Amino acid sequence: MTLDALPPAEAAGRVVDAVLADLARDHRGVIVDSPPGAGKSTLVVRATAHLAAAGERMMIVAQTNEQVDDLIERIAAKHPDIEVGRLSASGYVPSERVLAAPSVKVAQKADDVAERPVVIATAAKWATLSEGSWPWAIVDEAYQMRSDMLLRIAGRFERALFVGDPGQLDPFSTVEVERWAGLSWDPMRSAVSVLLAHNPDLPVHRLPVSWRLPASAAPVVSRAFYPFTGFRAGTGPGDRRLEFGARGMGTAHDRALDEAAASGWALYELPARHTLRTDAEAVQATADLAVRLLQRGPVAHAEGGAAPVGPGRIAVGAAHRDQVAAIRDALGPDGAGITVDTANRLQGREYDVTVVLHPLSGRRDATAFHLEAGRLCVLASRHRHACVMVARAGIPELLDAHPSTEPVRLGVPVKFPDGWEANQSVLAHLAAHRVAAGS
Amino acid sequence: MSVLSSLARLEAAATGRAQPVATVRHCHLAGAPLVMIPLKLAGEAAAPLAVMLGRDRAEPALLVVPQPRNRDLRFAFAADLAKIVLEHIEASRGAAEALAPGKDGEERFRYTDAPQILLPNPGGVGFLARLGRSTRFRSTEGPYAVEPGVPALGRWLTWFADRHDHPGSSLLLTVTEALRLHWATGQSSLEDGNLAALMGWIDPPDGLDGAAAAARAEDPVVCPPAGPATDPTFDNEVLAPAIASYDETGHEQRVRTALEGQLAPTWDLMWRAVDLLRALPEGASVAKRWERDRDGFTWFHRNFDEGVPQPRRDTAVRAARRLHDLERAQDAYEAQRAFDDPLIMAEHRLNGQAFGGVVAGGDPARLDESGKRPKLRPHLLIATADPVRLDTGTAVCNAARPGLKGKIVDIGPDGVTVELTGGMGNRLTPAPGSVPELGDRVVFTSLTGGSFGPARFPDRESTPWTHGGPPPEYVPADEDAQEEWS
Repeated sequence: MTLDALPPAEAAGRVVDAVLADLARDHRGVIVDSPPGAGKSTLVVRATAHLAAAGERMMIVAQTNEQVDDLIERIAAKHPDIEVGRLSASGYVPSERVLAAPSVKVAQKADDVAERPVVIATAAKWATLSEGSWPWAIVDEAYQMRSDMLLRIAGRFERALFVGDPGQLDPFSTVEVERWAGLSWDPMRSAVSVLLAHNPDLPVHRLPVSWRLPASAAPVVSRAFYPFTGFRAGTGPGDRRLEFGARGMGTAHDRALDEAAASGWALYELPARHTLRTDAEAVQATADLAVRLLQRGPVAHAEGGAAPVGPGRIAVGAAHRDQVAAIRDALGPDGAGITVDTANRLQGREYDVTVVLHPLSGRRDATAFHLEAGRLCVLASRHRHACVMVARAGIPELLDAHPSTEPVRLGVPVKFPDGWEANQSVLAHLAAHRVAAGS
Repeated sequence: MSVLSSLARLEAAATGRAQPVATVRHCHLAGAPLVMIPLKLAGEAAAPLAVMLGRDRAEPALLVVPQPRNRDLRFAFAADLAKIVLEHIEASRGAAEALAPGKDGEERFRYTDAPQILLPNPGGVGFLARLGRSTRFRSTEGPYAVEPGVPALGRWLTWFADRHDHPGSSLLLTVTEALRLHWATGQSSLEDGNLAALMGWIDPPDGLDGAAAAARAEDPVVCPPAGPATDPTFDNEVLAPAIASYDETGHEQRVRTALEGQLAPTWDLMWRAVDLLRALPEGASVAKRWERDRDGFTWFHRNFDEGVPQPRRDTAVRAARRLHDLERAQDAYEAQRAFDDPLIMAEHRLNGQAFGGVVAGGDPARLDESGKRPKLRPHLLIATADPVRLDTGTAVCNAARPGLKGKIVDIGPDGVTVELTGGMGNRLTPAPGSVPELGDRVVFTSLTGGSFGPARFPDRESTPWTHGGPPPEYVPADEDAQEEWS
């Protein structure tokens, strides 16, 4: 029986079992691709416990301090008996959630936590070690890590489990150099792609079910961003509902929110216009929608029961930092507590409702940065219930005028999906959920 | 494109004159740079056609390949070019000054000067890199031997082209890029790549404005292209018959005359651009970056005789190291340019990554006594009207003296409060003059040159399994010179 025919929980469970079984075989590495919200962190915690139970020492590598602390919190909550050492740079101030776990010891030197079965740190911290060896490593968010970082830490472990989301933003560099294009060890490529280029026979598993994305979003995101490695929602069409405590006044904002509550998506469309990056009108509309959402007392009904959607469960996403700052200003005290951040920083996070300023809104050109599939994918896949996009009209025409012009290079694997096509796919879906501003 | 550079472009378009986007020169300009304008044969990857070069604007040397499809002539050309380039390198290196010995007590030197090459545009850099690749592996003995200068030239050209990737390096500069660092024009960046059009906006001939001068620059008869590609009509109507006549008669004069006519206008433009750049005062950090260039040059020069040609491809470790070096240089270069130049700092202030204003209060003698020992931690309140987009807790430094470091503790309606943490001496009272006083104008920024230090990389021999394991030792071989395109 294929995975698709199984109930979601069973399908996902089989993949996790297969991953754990592979750890016991003779592979030097095991790779797990995880679409948004497919239980990547849960898998890391399970693999940690699995290896610890087998008596193995392991190092865990995450990309940011935030991610390290997230993992520590999860491991400590689920397996308080596993002793965890947390390596950090000298300037790191342990967060409360790390201090709250008695099984965790924070240290700056590896010797101080050497006897602990699990040692966890950011990749940058691991790269400062020049000695020590662990039989196992678990590398989280491996697609966000650049391959030169993997080169620096790979001497510390014998075998490794790499977990990550191939659809998110690729790692980037502050310099533009083409001299390594096509080399299998190009330092600008992601750790996983270089690893696979040199070890093509490593097993690659794929988590098949997104527990975060609702039934309204999983097919859209899967089709646009994972065209050949699709996934499905863990919940059915009726399992998630978003309701408002207060009825709308029939304004465009309210109608956009109603559309999002009913269908999971809304496109709030401003009139076409070329604007500066911090388009004042679009910024205001984004902030207003987020505030209005909060004012209407949203309640989220899901598998675990009903819960009010507070500001902590709402996120606003944008492409650039200055847009984020402008939206924060525009939110004012009414929007206090709502997360506003760039796509890069929203990676790996989860909310009930998101309001997104479309990266191509108001632009005159579509650069590689704005077309990057991962950027839109992150922004369109953070929500458990609904996503409201804010954009100026005319993006399809903009896309048609700017087909991707990235040069094709020998030896560089073609990346699917192409950002241009992914953008078209998402917009085609949003067209059915369009609410024009001021109408 | 930032707000400020967009504004400068609009102003340039409105006034018909390029607008300055920098107040100081951000690149080193040698006393006697080697100006080079290379041309290549259309349709070939690295077939040199001609180069006009020299250290003296009154006496350009012109080297041509009268039949560029003839490989013997190509490498004879390379040998002639090698003479001039190697002479330039030896002439500009200056004396070796002794430095403090290194950690292991080894002697260290640095040449007091280094050679600089100026090219018209990045296309020229790409061509020199190709030429370097086609010459550096050539053997000086056996079949198809070349003169000893040819592989040496190849290694030097490769080294110069590699240094060009290095942010802030001035060893190999392209004039269009250097001019664009300092002026904004009323045309697109693509059009700025044309040296004649760019110079037309910055320094239009009498009676013309920028747009008219740039339009004139599009006529290849009046302004032949600055290379390395030649004008196709010239190729067909002038060059092809001239080469055919060389094939028949063996006299190269007709080819020389034709190519000289193509190169002379650009030669003139190159030196006018040098004059414009030289007229700008040098930025404060330029000397420091040139010192890094001299370090790189000294190392390469002193190890040249024992060295082997640079391999065609970087190994995994080499690539990662190089990328790290480039990113560090980029980081330092960005910050240094902003520290040197208030107009560039203004961009960061508009972006909210820096803020400026008058010191309006604070506690310059404040001590932090919460720890075991008291620490000097003065507070400064800076009244600013800038749109600050930094969070509290962000580390900042003083733009006028980046050694003075601090962090933001509060952003309020009266301004930003900064707690100073370093750069005030070792005592519990600040060193005189180190802390800005009430009423001083200051700029603080989150940019810090050198925010990331050198990183640790494995040795080549311990390249991990994830990157294919240790690569075989590189031994240069004759086959290295074979290319599918050569």
